[in-house]
Amino acid sequence: MPKRIAYYPGCSCEGMANEYDQSTRALCKVLNIDLVDIPDWNCCGSTPSNSYDPLLGAALAGRNLALAEAEGFDLVMTPCPSCLKSLKTAIKVYNDQKQDFAHLLNMPFSGKIKVISVLQLLYEEVGVEKIKERIKKPLTDKVIIPYYGCLLSRPPEFAEFDDPENPVSMDELLLAAGAKVPDFPYKTECCGAAYGVTINNIVGKLAGRILDMAQSLKTDAVAVACPLCQQNLDLRQSQVNRFCHRNFKIPVPYITQLIGYALGIDLKELGIHKLFVNADNLFKETV
Amino acid sequence: MRIGVFICKCGTNIAKTVDTEAVARKALEYPDVVYATDYMYTCSEPGQEEIREAITKHRLQGVVVAACTPRMHEPTFRRAVEKAGLNRYMFEQANIREHVSWVNNDRESNTLKAMDLVHMAVEKLRLNHPLFSSKVPINKRVLVIGGGVAGIQAALDCSEGGLDVVMVEREATIGGKMAKLDKTFPTIDCSSCILGPKMVDISQKENISLHAYSEIESVSGYIGNFKVKIRKKATYVDWNACTGCGECTQKCPSKKTHDKFNEGLGSTTAINIPFPQAIPKRARINAESCLYLTKGKCRKCEKVCPADAIRFDMEDEIITEEVGAIVVATGYDMFDYSVYGEYGGGRYPDVITSLQYERILSASGPYGGHIVRPSDGREPKDIVFLSCVGSRDASVGRPYCSGVCCMYIAKQAIITRDHLPDCNCYVSYMDIRSPGKNYDEFVRRAQEEYGINYIRGRVGKIYPKGNRLIVQGVDTLMGVQMDIEADLVVLATGLEASDGARELAEKLRISYDQYGWYMESHPKLRPVETNTAGVYLAGVCQGPKDIPASVAQGSAAAAKVLVLFSRDTIETDPQVAFVNERVCISCGKCIEVCPFGAIQWKTLRDGSQKAEVLPTVCQGCGLCNATCPPKAVQLQHCTDDQILAEVNAVCE
Repeated sequence: MPKRIAYYPGCSCEGMANEYDQSTRALCKVLNIDLVDIPDWNCCGSTPSNSYDPLLGAALAGRNLALAEAEGFDLVMTPCPSCLKSLKTAIKVYNDQKQDFAHLLNMPFSGKIKVISVLQLLYEEVGVEKIKERIKKPLTDKVIIPYYGCLLSRPPEFAEFDDPENPVSMDELLLAAGAKVPDFPYKTECCGAAYGVTINNIVGKLAGRILDMAQSLKTDAVAVACPLCQQNLDLRQSQVNRFCHRNFKIPVPYITQLIGYALGIDLKELGIHKLFVNADNLFKETV
Repeated sequence: MRIGVFICKCGTNIAKTVDTEAVARKALEYPDVVYATDYMYTCSEPGQEEIREAITKHRLQGVVVAACTPRMHEPTFRRAVEKAGLNRYMFEQANIREHVSWVNNDRESNTLKAMDLVHMAVEKLRLNHPLFSSKVPINKRVLVIGGGVAGIQAALDCSEGGLDVVMVEREATIGGKMAKLDKTFPTIDCSSCILGPKMVDISQKENISLHAYSEIESVSGYIGNFKVKIRKKATYVDWNACTGCGECTQKCPSKKTHDKFNEGLGSTTAINIPFPQAIPKRARINAESCLYLTKGKCRKCEKVCPADAIRFDMEDEIITEEVGAIVVATGYDMFDYSVYGEYGGGRYPDVITSLQYERILSASGPYGGHIVRPSDGREPKDIVFLSCVGSRDASVGRPYCSGVCCMYIAKQAIITRDHLPDCNCYVSYMDIRSPGKNYDEFVRRAQEEYGINYIRGRVGKIYPKGNRLIVQGVDTLMGVQMDIEADLVVLATGLEASDGARELAEKLRISYDQYGWYMESHPKLRPVETNTAGVYLAGVCQGPKDIPASVAQGSAAAAKVLVLFSRDTIETDPQVAFVNERVCISCGKCIEVCPFGAIQWKTLRDGSQKAEVLPTVCQGCGLCNATCPPKAVQLQHCTDDQILAEVNAVCE
């Protein structure tokens, strides 16, 4: 019997991070996890609604959880750390301001539902050992650097996952997949986040530092688990190169793509061809 | 009974939120109360005098004082009524400060509650009768738990005072943390040179018996008459035969044993003597790494030992010591530096703790006193010291200041510059805390004469680059980010309660705070006493402090023991359980529940068996009172009738 989990893709997985969505679904299928899209899901509120009115933003995210509860789920998974934050915030705000929240939401909601990231699903629900047993195409000799970004493990009382300052979940998953994983000091440094849209040079500087450190460790790829990190490191890599006068060509695949490949999933199904920096050097075959 | 009631204003402490005059007026309505008044400071000399005068003038037979907690002044007032000719147990104290005025600001409800508490005290007092204490002899031997500098000082002072001292030390040698230090601030005098002679004294004094590599198993008894079971852990070497020649350590093939004395820098042999100046200087086999004890083959040490001291069949032994007082000086442990994942302690060999750095600096340390990196043995060109690693940080559960780190960082940096004048030293600090004699001058010297770079701020991350380390943080005075390339990073790890501190406290029945530091009886006025009579504190086990303060407290604890032992007997507290033989049904339940073994069978003249309480052993916990089916056992001064009278008063 496959494990049934409610799935919240969020907006980036429908657009920019389409390959994250594809690879997450393909990976879960192989791991015998039945992802059920939350019916009629809506925006998690993201930055705009939360900066305008935190309660309203929480209720907006909370609607998705209420819908999942109505379908009988007690666990929601989302690949995007930012969506994860919004959904978890909804539960926190619900617990702090039950009456106001319930009034806005106008739907039955218990607040008992749990929300996790896809990384947390792989690391805690499935487990490194289970994944290791099923590796078909190990990433042998590939040096892969895990980059967690700011949200996956922090703030600790919120993320409730991994060591806040020295997370190791992706390290262990990549090691299980056969890759070489050097100790990466910039695991949780800022990638520049949304400054990619407004003050591009900040991303140039910050993402540049991360790529520079990765390059110095002779990496073949930087693994990520966040659509925004991926965007700044992959899509904007040419902009970073221009800003830093460098010539980085470091592929930035999602952790789900790498684990998916190691578990024997077809590269096309994982959306490898949708990465901006070509990742062919990582794999034995091409799309 | 003729009862007098005295309501204390405690300056404004009580009077500010309690109408003491109204409480006194109300008290006159309670049965048997013939006199009631309020007073500014009842505990003061004129206040006590007023109680005494009132007793005489109004022929009082019992006194109620409504004031602070009885923990504070019950003995004071008992003495006062005794001076006026009453029995000291014809006194009751109502706590209207800690239980009323300090916890609520509403004057009206406070006054009502104070009235209720006084009423309860009066009703209890009406059922009191005089009690008389008995005297028991004091066993004038003292147990010192912990052989660090505080325990050593306490033991030596007691020994000088003519007492028999029993010292128990958990490790194989005494000396504690101080024995690991290279030099001490602010005088830069050699730690082992000033501690060593004291350690030797411990081993040579005839009235000190030392049990090293031993732990406290259990403690029973009471002040003046404790019975302590001590577990002498198996060393696999007969210490009466061993001469400490060290022949065995030369030949032991198991050379990768964790070197606890050197804080894990380098390694030692399975059979080892912690360090050349160890007291007792005896070899011990580490059972976890001994080839014979783990794999059944080797016995090299047995062959080379000229004294035939090796005993592979040795087992833990439990011995019993009887003492009259206990000094607890169990010290501390260092904060676990791996909690800060971002600093990489434990992952990067050149990120070390301050105590490891002490071992590096020490001439008897793993590198012979040469400052080199643990990773490659290279001399460092740049060293960064990080303050407050595990201090003043609520996020790791250590909000307190460890008190010594600012000073030892300055010391270590100064010694570093003395050894390696070309080595740049950086100190990243939050604040500099140096409030001691010649302390701030010392830090100033580090900055001004020794050219040590003090940078105010916090380090956020340490990571390797090539074979060096990048220390990334913020300089909050300049308002800039800083990146320092360093060869060695020393984390000024904070102090925390020593491993097992809580378990020991429970054996001793003393209290500890949320961090595991032992609680003194009063933070200012009883700094070395605990709330368990006859148990005293010395050193860091009571809270972070430096060597001078630990030594001072060790001497203070010794003085307290000497004061206690200056008498031959102590008065026992008569507030203990008492069996009414006519009511006792000889069921024996009280004997079963008593945690102190204070109740035994007594045969009456008619041959029947009845329970009997040993008043010197009874601690007055009341378990027997609660258990006894016909209520034949009653706790004196807190009988069932008295409790019911109080309940009736408050429910009226």
